[in-house]
Amino acid sequence: MSDRAMIQIENVSKFYGIYKALDDVSLSIAEGEFFSLLGPSGCGKTTLLRSIAGFENPTTGEIYIDGVPSLALPPNKRPTNMVFQSYAIFPHLDVAENVAYGLKRLKLSPEEEKKRVGDALDMVRLSGLGRRKAHELSGGQRQRVALARALVMRPKVLLLDEPLSALDKKLREEMQVELRTLQKAVGITFILVTHDQYEALALSDRIAVMFDGRIAQIATPKEIYQRPRTRKVADFLGGMNFLKAKVLGEQGNAVSIDTARFGAVQLVKPQGFATSDGHVTVGIRPERLRLLWDDDRAPHELAGRIENRAYFGEVTHLTVGIDGLEQPLSMVETNNFGADDLPIGAEIRLAYDPEAFVLLAEDPPVSRL
Amino acid sequence: MSLLTQRLRFIPFLPIYVALYFLFLYLPILLLPIFSFNNAATTTFPLAGFTTKWYASLSGNSVMLEAAWNSLIVGLSVSLLSTILGICAARAITRHRFRGQRAAAGLIMAPLFLPEIIVAVSLLMIVLAMGVELSLVTVILGQTVFCVPYAMSVLVSGFEGFDRSLEEASYDLGETAIGTFRRVTLPVVAPAIVSSLLVTFTISLDEFILAFFLSGTEPTLPVYIWGQLRFAAKLPGVLALGTIMLVVSILMLTLAEILRRRAERRTQLAHALP
Repeated sequence: MSDRAMIQIENVSKFYGIYKALDDVSLSIAEGEFFSLLGPSGCGKTTLLRSIAGFENPTTGEIYIDGVPSLALPPNKRPTNMVFQSYAIFPHLDVAENVAYGLKRLKLSPEEEKKRVGDALDMVRLSGLGRRKAHELSGGQRQRVALARALVMRPKVLLLDEPLSALDKKLREEMQVELRTLQKAVGITFILVTHDQYEALALSDRIAVMFDGRIAQIATPKEIYQRPRTRKVADFLGGMNFLKAKVLGEQGNAVSIDTARFGAVQLVKPQGFATSDGHVTVGIRPERLRLLWDDDRAPHELAGRIENRAYFGEVTHLTVGIDGLEQPLSMVETNNFGADDLPIGAEIRLAYDPEAFVLLAEDPPVSRL
Repeated sequence: MSLLTQRLRFIPFLPIYVALYFLFLYLPILLLPIFSFNNAATTTFPLAGFTTKWYASLSGNSVMLEAAWNSLIVGLSVSLLSTILGICAARAITRHRFRGQRAAAGLIMAPLFLPEIIVAVSLLMIVLAMGVELSLVTVILGQTVFCVPYAMSVLVSGFEGFDRSLEEASYDLGETAIGTFRRVTLPVVAPAIVSSLLVTFTISLDEFILAFFLSGTEPTLPVYIWGQLRFAAKLPGVLALGTIMLVVSILMLTLAEILRRRAERRTQLAHALP
């Protein structure tokens, strides 16, 4: 991954009538970066990807691909290739013909073309299946054909539109590893659209979380999970306990807050932080709360009782009621120590780390009209 | 299993019913080729011996050949016209969503359910009122109205699964709009188009009522056959002709069905996932 920007999106908006599908989106994606656009359906992530490919025409703004202003270029003139959600394998052609489809226009020598098709099929581990027809392939194999067909064009950017959503869980996890390996091998920029937060976390160098046509946060997977900027981002990326807290004072980049039962803690101000009434929302992830057994002691403890329990195999999800808190807390315990056997109503103690709290900024009001 | 159904199981009434049904349906049609090879001018048993003379007599029958030629012209024109119109309609219905779409589709299909003779009479009235002379052209127009629904249903099933992202994938891989049409759109929907041509040609070939009302002095084959039935001596020749038409129709419809299924499989498997 280099520092050179491969994609620069500047103030791109897309209106359908008065509906804003994209609302003033700006971002920069580096050469060789694995970048994910993450968000719920209808958040504009696919529209943004299709704008880069050239299938959508943004109403305003500009998209630079490798420094070239590209909005005026049709899809067939852009150095991008796409893996479609449906894979769009040409049904009347076999695997090798599918992969060679784009090469035909380059007028390569037959040997050169054959070599490139062969190399592409090797890369996605489909060697020997060149003569298969589309309907003879499994879902995972089609996915690979779509990848090979795009990569054989040696694009500067590979665009992936929910490429794994049609696969079952096990295959999806396998393909995630493979996609990541492939991206490292070819070294080009990958832009992935997904609504699956785990997929985005596992694959990406950076993630842009989108809501309502806008980018809510761009950060590395770790940062976006541990330091979500707003409540919506925190919520979308996994379980989160939200608490109302009172601001005690601000010193530069830090804020002291009183989280009632958890005591006073010092937290880092997120970008766009503001408080109007002296109250803020803080969050703590369920797995950052830990059960204490028997004689276990921790610097920060709270007493509570089990209100609900759900068994998930490797982990148990507990809902714990705490006196003085409006909402019960969610926590996740591995099943090594018997959390799955705790009866409902049991009195427990839990430990927490004040550092694990995140101060959340207000989400902007939703208005797409 | 109740006692009654247990007993009924031993009576093979269902196979018997099926056998009778098919006998009733196909025996008369089977008689046609049998008598067409029978060396007698009457259609009675016992058969009088094998001959191909009725077929031989057809080749020298210039009136019949002219009717066959007319049928060919009408059939080709009708299949081409109704398939072109069907392509437009099928594409609109499968690709776009618009106000009145269901109504439009319904109205296109409606001629299938209208009494053909009523349509024929109304068409005749209009054609005469407009002062247009009856000819093969009027037959072609009338039959096209009837064939568009068939063309459309064949084409819709072929187009329905056509995934728009196939065309996008082609642009994305560097192909132009014209190249995409030639290399992706056409090959994928071609079987459905050929199938539509075959089906509509077959329908036109044996369509009688519209042809009878609208053909004027240029009979098509079915109109010619109807005319021949007045002469008992001509019957074996008609049977021979009928046999040929039967074979041609069956061959073409079989081919059409094979192509239609292939088209369906292609387009549906293009994006259906296992």
